[in-house]
Amino acid sequence: MGKITLRNVQKRFGEAVVIPSLDLDIEDGEFVVFVGPSGCGKSTLLRLIAGLEDVSDGQILIDGRNATEMPPAKRGLAMVFQSYALYPHMTVRKNIAFPLKMAKMDRAEIDRRVDNAARVLNLTNYLDRRPGQLSGGQRQRVAIGRAIVREPAAFLFDEPLSNLDAALRVNMRLEITELHQSLKTTMIYVTHDQVEAMTMADKIVVLNAGRIEQVGSPLTLYRSPANLFVAGFIGSPKMNLIAGPEAASRGATTIGIRPEHLDISRDGGEWPGEVGVSEHLGSDTFLHVHVKGMPTLTVRAGGEFGVHHGDRVWLTPQPDKIHRFGPDGRAI
Amino acid sequence: MATQHSKTAARLMISPAVILLFLWMIVPLSMTLYFSFLRYNLLMPGMESFTGWDNYYYFLTDPAFAAALTNTLLLVGGVLLITIVGGTALALLLDQPMWGQGIVRILVIAPFFIMPTVSALVWKNMFMNPVNGMFAHIARALGMQPFDFLAHAPLASIIGIVAWQWLPFATLILLTALQSLDREQMEAAEMDGASPVARFVYITLPHLTRAITVVVLIQTIFLLGVFAEILVTTNGGPGTASTNITYLVYAQSLLNYDVGGGSAGGIVAVILANIVAIFLMRMIGKNLDA
Repeated sequence: MGKITLRNVQKRFGEAVVIPSLDLDIEDGEFVVFVGPSGCGKSTLLRLIAGLEDVSDGQILIDGRNATEMPPAKRGLAMVFQSYALYPHMTVRKNIAFPLKMAKMDRAEIDRRVDNAARVLNLTNYLDRRPGQLSGGQRQRVAIGRAIVREPAAFLFDEPLSNLDAALRVNMRLEITELHQSLKTTMIYVTHDQVEAMTMADKIVVLNAGRIEQVGSPLTLYRSPANLFVAGFIGSPKMNLIAGPEAASRGATTIGIRPEHLDISRDGGEWPGEVGVSEHLGSDTFLHVHVKGMPTLTVRAGGEFGVHHGDRVWLTPQPDKIHRFGPDGRAI
Repeated sequence: MATQHSKTAARLMISPAVILLFLWMIVPLSMTLYFSFLRYNLLMPGMESFTGWDNYYYFLTDPAFAAALTNTLLLVGGVLLITIVGGTALALLLDQPMWGQGIVRILVIAPFFIMPTVSALVWKNMFMNPVNGMFAHIARALGMQPFDFLAHAPLASIIGIVAWQWLPFATLILLTALQSLDREQMEAAEMDGASPVARFVYITLPHLTRAITVVVLIQTIFLLGVFAEILVTTNGGPGTASTNITYLVYAQSLLNYDVGGGSAGGIVAVILANIVAIFLMRMIGKNLDA
């Protein structure tokens, strides 16, 4: 069981208010991702749930019990840290067994659980090594192993993949997602990488300056961002945001159109423009097009799209994919 | 850079320093070695004669030697024990966030800047003196008989004085080691359900082993040669109760005017120090390997 509820949670460091007041429900078995730019309070929020920071005001309920004043160990949560925080002087086996040893579990049960976790995480051959002798991905798995042996109510991940190289990151992303499928335990995952958020989450919580901007499934956030911040943050490359007469003609202060929803043509269309930088990825081509009276627009063309710097092209937005935002930045 | 040519140049450049250091070491050592085989008494100048191993025989069979050896080991061991345990405790306290941390840290380091003779004299006259000392005053205020530390527990008193001097050193080294402990490791241990004591035993202490090793090695080198504190407080007495090997060598050559015997003692001390060093490196040297 791992239902976590935040009621009116506030966090202040002295005068500085990091989290003004926040309500959030996390259902049992959900994979929730906190995403936001650095300094938005997402890690602080995770540490509040873990109990590593004291809540200034409000309540944290875990499975209906008030956990606000509980010490971290009593909350039944396990955390995977950004630096992995493995104990360098202990072997992998001892690292994974540490929480069980602290819980005074008997040896046979400890061995059974450690061997189990090692098998799930492909660590069986490394149990007698020290963390210093492992690669980044293996250390990451040891950290996860140390978390899963406790059979916690929920897992907390604090930017766990940020120290890995790009290829390994994609791998570990899959492994963590698969782990979630097999364990069906609540997971809370903090990241600043919106690709991680989109690919892994059941539910994304977009945070900005300690405030929740929007909560929803990845595709909900993609299809209907609640405001300009979410619109700009979710999606890669970023959504084109256009203010001015073009927006006014559609009855909005700002309109947003994603690069993949702009049709491009060499012959004619709605907005004439000039090609700037083009990025050829093989599968896609990203073109930066200068259109008069608008910021530089990013356009995605499928496959290879042969244009050169300075070529003239026409862009046509797909009318049903235009997002309209009012003067307060909220979606209309 | 590592061409044959640059290597030769490097050797040439560094050789004056190496040769000077080597001479600085080898000349006094060979002179001591030479004197240790001579019958050389300062009261009978010009009467030096070769005596073979006699000086060694007399030094090693002197009952004072056995006492001095025991005292040396007790002194080194006692001071190490106090400074490591006390230093760890102080470092843990100083690592806690508190107001005026900077000032307190400087105050804690202060004893290390006081020269040994001065601190020994201050301890002897202002604290341990059975008539005017602070401890005597406290004892009388509590209605007890003042205790004459340097007469009745000379070695323990000297251990106390030397430990007081070296405690800051241990504290400083251990404090820096504590500050390099990864905070996330402590938090992970906290999440794993480790109590503060368990966190100290399983996380902090293993992290400190290397620093403790450094403290033990460096302090041992200096503690084997403790001299000033003994000279100004007890003069090695009463009897030989607070004589260590260093003091015995001094007494032999400068109080008994027997330079030959003193030199033999000096060579014995060098050999003993090397034995201690070998044992130490065997026991704890592996902690220094990264």
